[in-house]
Amino acid sequence: MKIKEIAKLLNAKTFGNLKLLENEVEFAFSSDLMSDVLTVKNQNVLLLTGLTNIQSIRTAEMSDVINIIYVRGKKISDEMKELAEEIGILLIECDYSMFKASGILYSNGLKPIY
Amino acid sequence: MHFEYNIISGDFSNAGSASSQIKKVLKQLNVETVTIKRIVVALYEAEVNVVAHSFGGTIFVDINTEEILLRLKDTGPGIPDIKLAMQEGFSTASPQVREMGFGAGMGLANIKKNADKLEIKSEVGVGTEVTIMVKLNE
Repeated sequence: MKIKEIAKLLNAKTFGNLKLLENEVEFAFSSDLMSDVLTVKNQNVLLLTGLTNIQSIRTAEMSDVINIIYVRGKKISDEMKELAEEIGILLIECDYSMFKASGILYSNGLKPIY
Repeated sequence: MHFEYNIISGDFSNAGSASSQIKKVLKQLNVETVTIKRIVVALYEAEVNVVAHSFGGTIFVDINTEEILLRLKDTGPGIPDIKLAMQEGFSTASPQVREMGFGAGMGLANIKKNADKLEIKSEVGVGTEVTIMVKLNE
């Protein structure tokens, strides 16, 4: 699924590397625990999280996550936007809960990792 | 190639910046993507550990054609029982570290999974030295 379709399905706002909106993703992972995200072996993964801090972006960078969706209406700080621009990942703000956002994406064909 | 990075205790804003720089270097060296991920995940976990648990430390990185050697040396409380610390789920992390999304007791176990060799030396009340080796051509 293209990331721009994901953003549309979640009625979400996008920040960072907007070129990635045209990229396809196959797998997603939902977690607030960055230690869990660091165990993901797949490349080009989409992460759904409620954890809005710099470490979520650093974790994404190390884990080859190309897109982070922040759920439950969490706001992305300017510091986070700057880092996302620098390392070239896409950030999405979404008002839906983690359960609802994950459910919408799963029912539209995104695959789980585990 | 040799690189060194200082790590400041409690500086979570910059935790991961050394791992980020090493990732760039490895990309420039055309190391396989899967190997880069193993290296930077192990290094990042170790870097966060130093920020979270020590009084500060240094990362020494040596890269040759065969392998990358990452040595993280810190001063701090040390690890009283390394075997126990290696167990998944065991953690002494502060609530602040847990709020950051870490401290679930998975870090050292994840480093071990990603490394070809992991050695931990620690002295209580002095500090800890973690050495991680990953082969570059496998």
